[in-house]
Amino acid sequence: MEEKLMVTSSPHLQDKASTSSIMLDVCIALLPALICAEIIFGVRVLLVTGVSVAACFIFEYLLNMITKRPQTISDLSCAVTGILLAFCLPVSIPLWMVVIGDFVAIVIVKGLFGGIGQNFANPAATARIVLMLSFPVQMTTWTAPVGADATASATVLDMLGHGTAGEMPSLWQMFIGYQGGSLGETCAAALIVGGIYLLFRKVIQPHVPLAFIGTVAIFSLLTGRDPLVQILSGGVMLGAIFMATDYTTSAITPVGKVVFGIGCGLLTCLIRFFSSSVEGVSYAILLMNILCPFVDRLTRSRPFGGAKA
Amino acid sequence: MAIFIRKRSHGGAHVPHRKHTAEMATVQMPPPATVVLPMSQHIGAPCKPVVKVGDPVKVGTLIGETTGYVAAPIHASVSGTVKAVGEILLSNGSRSMAVTIESDGKMEPDPAIAPPKIKTREEFFNAVRDSGLVGLGGAGFPTHVKLNAKNLDEIDTLIVNGAECEPYITSDYREAIESTLDIVHGMKYLKEMLDLKQVVIAIEANKPKAIQKFYEQLASYQDINVQTLPQSYPMGAEKVLIYEVTGRVVPEGKLPGDVGVLVMNIGSVGFLNRYLKTGMPLVQKRLTIDGGAVAEPKNIFVPIGTSIADVMAFCGGYRKPPRKFLMGGPMMGIAIPDENYPILKNNNAILALDEEEATLKQPTACIRCGRCVRGCPMKLMPLELDQAREAGDTDALARLKVGLCMECGTCSFNCPAKRPLVQSIRMGKAMLRAAQAAKKS
Repeated sequence: MEEKLMVTSSPHLQDKASTSSIMLDVCIALLPALICAEIIFGVRVLLVTGVSVAACFIFEYLLNMITKRPQTISDLSCAVTGILLAFCLPVSIPLWMVVIGDFVAIVIVKGLFGGIGQNFANPAATARIVLMLSFPVQMTTWTAPVGADATASATVLDMLGHGTAGEMPSLWQMFIGYQGGSLGETCAAALIVGGIYLLFRKVIQPHVPLAFIGTVAIFSLLTGRDPLVQILSGGVMLGAIFMATDYTTSAITPVGKVVFGIGCGLLTCLIRFFSSSVEGVSYAILLMNILCPFVDRLTRSRPFGGAKA
Repeated sequence: MAIFIRKRSHGGAHVPHRKHTAEMATVQMPPPATVVLPMSQHIGAPCKPVVKVGDPVKVGTLIGETTGYVAAPIHASVSGTVKAVGEILLSNGSRSMAVTIESDGKMEPDPAIAPPKIKTREEFFNAVRDSGLVGLGGAGFPTHVKLNAKNLDEIDTLIVNGAECEPYITSDYREAIESTLDIVHGMKYLKEMLDLKQVVIAIEANKPKAIQKFYEQLASYQDINVQTLPQSYPMGAEKVLIYEVTGRVVPEGKLPGDVGVLVMNIGSVGFLNRYLKTGMPLVQKRLTIDGGAVAEPKNIFVPIGTSIADVMAFCGGYRKPPRKFLMGGPMMGIAIPDENYPILKNNNAILALDEEEATLKQPTACIRCGRCVRGCPMKLMPLELDQAREAGDTDALARLKVGLCMECGTCSFNCPAKRPLVQSIRMGKAMLRAAQAAKKS
């Protein structure tokens, strides 16, 4: 035996799934929505998304270099953040604003808190909020879907919340994404396809999306609003399937996930219905991110056979 | 027809089976030149050697007698001459007395060996002790101590563990196929002797042939049944198995006997029946020899005390350079630092892994995906245990019940960030023990 033997602690087997394979799955799951967005809002969608992903990679690379941390760009989490942030921006957004958003997401929200797994808030949702507060005009300048007439550019939530003039799209149009809104959030059909892929690949569990969307539907019904309009408009689908299921910033146990999802849904509705803002998904997710450690603490599973502590 | 709502255990992992040797009938390995028999091959007090250098021994001659109740005697596994009695280093790092026997190659059985005469339970327990039997599933707990439980009259169920959920290992499967009748008769004997209500042999669904064989053999027996277990690691873990078969939960700090259950490995039951017929104590083991480095993977009968190097030579040597030796399977097996260790009573497989199998991926940051939590059969929170250990927070370790972890390896296996969670939990257990000891003193 020329080479030395390895002596390691058991187990001596590892599953094939890795952080990068999971992140790659999330990127794959976002592809249908990206393709639909390109069809709905035109080719600038690809430009915004491409710039956002590239900027995320560059920021993470530089941050790791400056802080002398091991290089982590190969885990592909920057790609997910980049795509998700692009998805919650209007297609007409100036590219330099996209880059600012990426800086907030990767450097401030994620990197400065210790990198992947350490951030307390969802990078994309938080970056969207920062952009929203910094550039309210550009962040709410909506482009009409390709082929629709220009007056349809207001979002459904603007029309409902602020009474902005415009022609309400039909439920079917909303389902397939022909409505004003952020570039990746409008096509519920594509987002659901991506969600099913993630469920099938066991990347996410159904608890958070179902609790989130279910709560929005029930709360809308209770307050006399059309539940289908509420769940198909704005960022509910994107938020429930892709952002509230972010591992690092959502609850761990099944009960915790349900609580987390209900919290997101409830806060979304409260903001949408009773505040001056017409949309509340990203605020709701951020607030629940902050509450997440408490949710986790209160919903720990009881060990098998464990005596009550 | 009754509707069964099966109780399913929590979590688990879909480990690759890699049971390449499943259809390889067990072959007898010829006696090696020497065997080394450690006096500590069980949980409990080590045995005291009763032979000295130069003594002639036969197969089955007592060479190590017990010094306490929780212990099992050691017998010569080859015929020949005692060459050395002295201390050796065991694979777990501890030192133990050991008897080295030079084989004469004849494998002559000790003429004094005769089937035990058993009329009472007391005589039965004594016979089990004299057989040297320990839990062959891996724990190595003396069987006579387990069977002679204080609350024996409250125990109503014997579960024979044929799950064999570890990858690679097929020795229990070969036992089930080749010694079906020994196991069946052993179960029947135990049921009568211990006055049990039911005996269940539980086998994982990936061994349909074995399940079929037992269905056929047990058709005429009432209260001795076969149960097919779902294919999920760790089905064979005692607490998981008991829950799957009976729906009973073994509480923290309690034994299976406290919920009326005894669990025995399939190999232990088969051996017990053979011992009752012949009186030949535990001197050889059925082992699976596999792993990418082994030229000819096999199932073999091998005299206890044979060195791993001799076993590997019998299996054609190495196809690729071995980089890791495991006693047991890849999930819970112990990596040993060289190939000169002797085969012990509780071994069921020796794996020689090649470079690719042996190399583990480097850990990265936890992404809180929760796969460790979903996989944990004990419903613990490995990621929080890891954090608590890293922070040195012994209160949290106690609160999160680090002691309940059975180190099955599911969390580490599932972890996409490749974190060595089991290793961390082991360190956490030691940390908590140290803190509790410090508090007391």
